[in-house]
Amino acid sequence: MSMNRLLLVVFTAGLVLAGCSSGQQASPPTPVKVPVTVLAAASLTSVFTQLKPQFEAANPTADLRFSFGGSSDLATQIVNGAPADVFASANEAQMQVVAKAGKVAGAPQPFATNVLTIVTPPGNPKGINTFENLSKPGIAVVVCAPQVPCGAATVKIEQQTGIKLNPVSEEPDVLSVLSKVEAKVADAGLVYVTDAKGAAGKVEQINFPEAKDAVNVYPIAAISGSKQPQLAAAFVQFILSPAAQQQLAAAGFGPPA
Amino acid sequence: MTQTRDPHTVNSQIPVGLWVPAVAALGLILLPVIGLIVRAPWPRFVELVTSESARAALELSLRTAAISTLLCVVLGGPLAVVLARGSLPGLRLLRSVVLLPLVLPPVVGGLALLYLLGISGFAGYALDVAFGVRLPFTTTAVVLAQTFVAMPFLVVALEGALRTAGQRYEAVAASLGAPPWTVFRRITVPLVLPGLGSGMVLSFARCLGEFGATIAFAGSLQGVTRTLPLEVYLQREVDVDGAIALSLVLVIVAILVIAVARPRSVEGVG
Repeated sequence: MSMNRLLLVVFTAGLVLAGCSSGQQASPPTPVKVPVTVLAAASLTSVFTQLKPQFEAANPTADLRFSFGGSSDLATQIVNGAPADVFASANEAQMQVVAKAGKVAGAPQPFATNVLTIVTPPGNPKGINTFENLSKPGIAVVVCAPQVPCGAATVKIEQQTGIKLNPVSEEPDVLSVLSKVEAKVADAGLVYVTDAKGAAGKVEQINFPEAKDAVNVYPIAAISGSKQPQLAAAFVQFILSPAAQQQLAAAGFGPPA
Repeated sequence: MTQTRDPHTVNSQIPVGLWVPAVAALGLILLPVIGLIVRAPWPRFVELVTSESARAALELSLRTAAISTLLCVVLGGPLAVVLARGSLPGLRLLRSVVLLPLVLPPVVGGLALLYLLGISGFAGYALDVAFGVRLPFTTTAVVLAQTFVAMPFLVVALEGALRTAGQRYEAVAASLGAPPWTVFRRITVPLVLPGLGSGMVLSFARCLGEFGATIAFAGSLQGVTRTLPLEVYLQREVDVDGAIALSLVLVIVAILVIAVARPRSVEGVG
């Protein structure tokens, strides 16, 4: 299985590379568009896609390309030499992985925060209103595994509150949690506020005050060895600009510390 | 040199032009595994694969894959007989339907199971109301997901063996007065045993590697639903070395299974 995955990555990388080079050859001489590759956490997919036209309008030479995925996957890709100009991580640990490998140009900048929220099937059939409600017997709770950031945040809240959850499943990512709640096989799940917003209508969102005990910070940085260091730096600045910050806030992200 | 050569060997010489793609194909399969072996954290290997979570995952994987393979035989075996020997209208369509799990992305298969057997699906609702049984997040769900994805391997291998074996012996036995069940037990089953064996090996291997349908339908909890591939996927979030070590355990188990079963079954098909 993992072999399939590995091959898939190799093939996809090959296709992407082939696509890049042929694109460059085919483009007309003026204005010369250069690809700027941004590797960003999956939770940023919709916001970054929305922001793309704005950045390209302000930087006519930039041909912005996104690769969205789990932050740890992206960090592994960058460390192993994947072509990247900017990295936007969903947590500081994975940015550290990239920085330790000497792949970060300048200091990573925090640009957003995210906190956990409770999601339930529409109508909240089990009447869950607090974090403590999740520990009631007979409630099927699905959370992220402690190995991934959303799971680490869950453990932190459990420790801070002294409330021990007894989940029926510890999923490898937020979307798996969300899908179990959407299918109504779970009575409740813990996901990020932005994920709950993205699934509005399919799940009910119940914020709880203890979520502030585990705030997830999103850092962004230009990658060293980028062929477009100026555009990479410009994109980092753009994400920190009031216009981009406003969009991030609209998607449910909190301001950086 | 003059040598008496078996005429069959002369006739079946492989055209030189086939060697290059053949070697490339072998390389594509073998080189990534070699890459994994080279990259493996050998000094920490034993420590990594004997951790509590790794042992729980391996034990669960072997247990569920064995049960799923058995289910494939019990359910898929008769289906292969029907497909190979039956004369129903629409049998051809049925044959394509059996291949669906091969074509569907496993995650989609898992979601399909979830929406059938989850509380919002009609079968899941009926199970809950009638028996109070809820399948998602149970080991049974893991077995169902594995059986779903592995079934075509068993059916296709066995159906092929049944067709190759032909029906002459069965016809003779029947003409001598043997009832259908006796013909099936005494003639059909012994004839296709090698095919059944290779089908079981393939199914078991597919069950062992199953990931997408399991995570979508059964979830992931240590000792209950977190099989070895799920453990590998999770482990790589924190410790790539651990993930590689566990992947190698999967490779070793797969090689063992094939090595044990190969001389009798896989080669016996041809």
